[in-house]
Amino acid sequence: MEPKHKLEMKGISIEFPGVKALSQVDFTVQSGEIHALVGANGAGKSTLMKILGGAYDHYEGEIYFDGEKVNIRHPYEAKELGIDVVFQEVDTALIPYLTVAENIMLDKMATKMKGKHLIRWGNIHRTAREVMKQVGIQLDTHMLVQDLSLAEKQMVLIARALATNTNFLVLDEPTAPLSQTETEELFRLMRDLAKNQNVGVVFISHRLPEIFEICETITILRDGRVVFDGVIEQLTQQKLVELMLGRRFEETYPKAHVPIGDVIYQVKNLSEEYDRVRNVSFRVRAGEIVGITGLVGAGKTELCKTLFGAYPIKSGEVLLHGKPLKISSPHGAVKQGVALVPEERRKEGILVDEPVFVNLTLPSLDKFTKGPDFVNTKAEREVARKVINELGIVTPSENQKVAYLSGGNQQKVAVGKWLIADAEVYIFDEPTKGVDVGAKRDIFELIGELARRGKGVIYASSEIPEILDISDRIYVMYDYTIVKEFETSEATEEKILFYSAGGQ
Amino acid sequence: MTVTSETTKKKQLSGIVDFLSKWGTIITIFVLLAFFAITMPSFRTASNMVTIMRSISIVTVIATGITVSLTVDGFDLSVGSVATFTVALVMSFFVWYGWGTIPAIIVALLISLIVAVVNAFLIVKLHIFDLLATLATMFIFEGVAMTYTGGGSISQGMPRLDGTPTTGTIPPEFRLIGQSPYIILIMLVIVMLVHVFLTYTKHGRYLYIVGGNREAARLSGIPVNRYRTLAYFLSTLLAGMGGIMLAARIGSSQINSGAGYLMPAVAAAFIGFSVAGVKKPNAIGTLVGAILVGLLENGLIMMSVPYYSLNIIKGLVLAIALAITYYKKHD
Repeated sequence: MEPKHKLEMKGISIEFPGVKALSQVDFTVQSGEIHALVGANGAGKSTLMKILGGAYDHYEGEIYFDGEKVNIRHPYEAKELGIDVVFQEVDTALIPYLTVAENIMLDKMATKMKGKHLIRWGNIHRTAREVMKQVGIQLDTHMLVQDLSLAEKQMVLIARALATNTNFLVLDEPTAPLSQTETEELFRLMRDLAKNQNVGVVFISHRLPEIFEICETITILRDGRVVFDGVIEQLTQQKLVELMLGRRFEETYPKAHVPIGDVIYQVKNLSEEYDRVRNVSFRVRAGEIVGITGLVGAGKTELCKTLFGAYPIKSGEVLLHGKPLKISSPHGAVKQGVALVPEERRKEGILVDEPVFVNLTLPSLDKFTKGPDFVNTKAEREVARKVINELGIVTPSENQKVAYLSGGNQQKVAVGKWLIADAEVYIFDEPTKGVDVGAKRDIFELIGELARRGKGVIYASSEIPEILDISDRIYVMYDYTIVKEFETSEATEEKILFYSAGGQ
Repeated sequence: MTVTSETTKKKQLSGIVDFLSKWGTIITIFVLLAFFAITMPSFRTASNMVTIMRSISIVTVIATGITVSLTVDGFDLSVGSVATFTVALVMSFFVWYGWGTIPAIIVALLISLIVAVVNAFLIVKLHIFDLLATLATMFIFEGVAMTYTGGGSISQGMPRLDGTPTTGTIPPEFRLIGQSPYIILIMLVIVMLVHVFLTYTKHGRYLYIVGGNREAARLSGIPVNRYRTLAYFLSTLLAGMGGIMLAARIGSSQINSGAGYLMPAVAAAFIGFSVAGVKKPNAIGTLVGAILVGLLENGLIMMSVPYYSLNIIKGLVLAIALAITYYKKHD
């Protein structure tokens, strides 16, 4: 039996421009235990683990390894202590066109080959097989990583960590993309590592049942501070949720009351081609704001994109005013009266190099043409000025490049372009992400105005307080499907979070 | 104090760089004109100016094709082969089959659009990088043109390779297309049409938007694939038009006759990016770029720089044009 190791982080604080991400955080993990690290979005979990992995060098505080003070400011310093972090985006750490064996041995090949230049392929495959056998992973070492499933890629990354003497292994939301059986396989591996290999495992997850199933100890973060640290048996799911949320000092937005009409938009048993949406059904009535919530990775964005034709539909039906829609591309969706304000604003919602007016008229350019498709720029600018006024977009003129506007004003442009297009159903995907309080209020007012005009609004967000403020009805998503429907008047943050985390 | 003076210096410097990248091409044209005119009296004759304009006509039209492909963030390398192919087609219609001018031109242009179909299929459907896909079609259609002509040239009165005598003639009105002022007027009309199309129509706007951010364009409801396909059809059509002008100019079909136009056309299109600060591929800028390249070539030949060394200078001009385009893109 190898000696037990103890890793302690003491008084860790870190700031990013304008944000204090962590303040005075203490975190301890020991060999042989599986330790949960939980918190709401933005609580600082990933930041803390990045510090441990040596990704930042500007933090305050100290780190002790077996009581001895150590310096971790670079990834290789963390590796030398046997600390490995497997981040959520597994693809960024793997080289797709190399084999399983090469990917597993990558760290060794990169660091342990000083002075050597020839690769001994036999050795590489043999060592890789040994590492995998040690932990019971069954994969052909000659396979290319690009042909593996997500779960298998994670296994490869874990095996890579183990190929270089690992003492501590951090898994950042590893189960989010995994199926039930894949998750069980991962848990078996984690238990084996802790019990038989004497590894200390840090497990980050939003799924409460998983945490109670596999972890012994737990640290809960809220707004960059530790609010609980101890044995998991002292907690219940309810208590954990309360600790994670704490008391919130969120501003509330009075919701405008709009008479709600008949069902205008109906989704029946919708599934996406690659299972990114599974058997989803819901309806939206005229003047109604329907909230779609769930944790990050629950499938909200995927649902929005499927409804908009950006992802291919496998089966199911979408009806607008009782007529089935044919949605095979965003182009088709727009023509049939569906609009989407996407989550990744700068990448998907606006054209930063184009002036405001070009952005605003983009989806509805047909309204501004005369003769054989000539653009009537004068009419375009006129309407653009009107929208700039209505939405209070802060810009010197309609000719300003959108790149020079603030985040909130960019978002107003991303929304404004669909007002001119005059759709029937508006889908908003995380519209308040990275937007300041003032702009948030404007966007809420705008959404209220759409409802007043009798449009159907779908509002997808993982910010539960916002959903509670603005919606009439709420659907909760978990694992790429809708698991619960609430009337907003009957919903609470605790109830929603319970279902978001897979509670039943 | 020193800090502020340094920042103002930096500002001044970037101001100068800005000014040069906007107007550098046009200034260079005038400097070259002045230099050649002073050193060589024969350069400044009116007939030499016409010669220059005539010599750039074909390059310019082919370059507008590349320009359109650049608007969607693509790149059509196959334009030279399209020109070669069209020359072979139109000449064979005259010499082998004795067709009239109008049907020969129309049918040649229509058949050359096969290249666009293949390009669009490779790029839009099979997701091959534009540059690589058109590199492939460049070779394919160079070969197709050569196979069609049986690996030889076509000219009036020359028997076909299998010995069949030919009776067709090249209509004199077709040859007019290749002579000034007509060839220059055709070029100017094409540049204006492309300019109007790109700047003042819905479709031109969409092409630029697709090139600027394909995903945002798609999520705004623009049929992105349709517009990328359109861009390649237009670039092939314009290159084919260049081929028609080339056929009319030389009056025969030679092996790989269009290949030499690729490099100067690429240079013209990229020089055109920065002209007058447009910072986008554009037709007028491309014309200015072609004038610069043509001027340089004409002047250097008159200064008795040997033809085999000209490529060094043309290559350098292309490198400078690319440097200006991409250096500015970085900040």
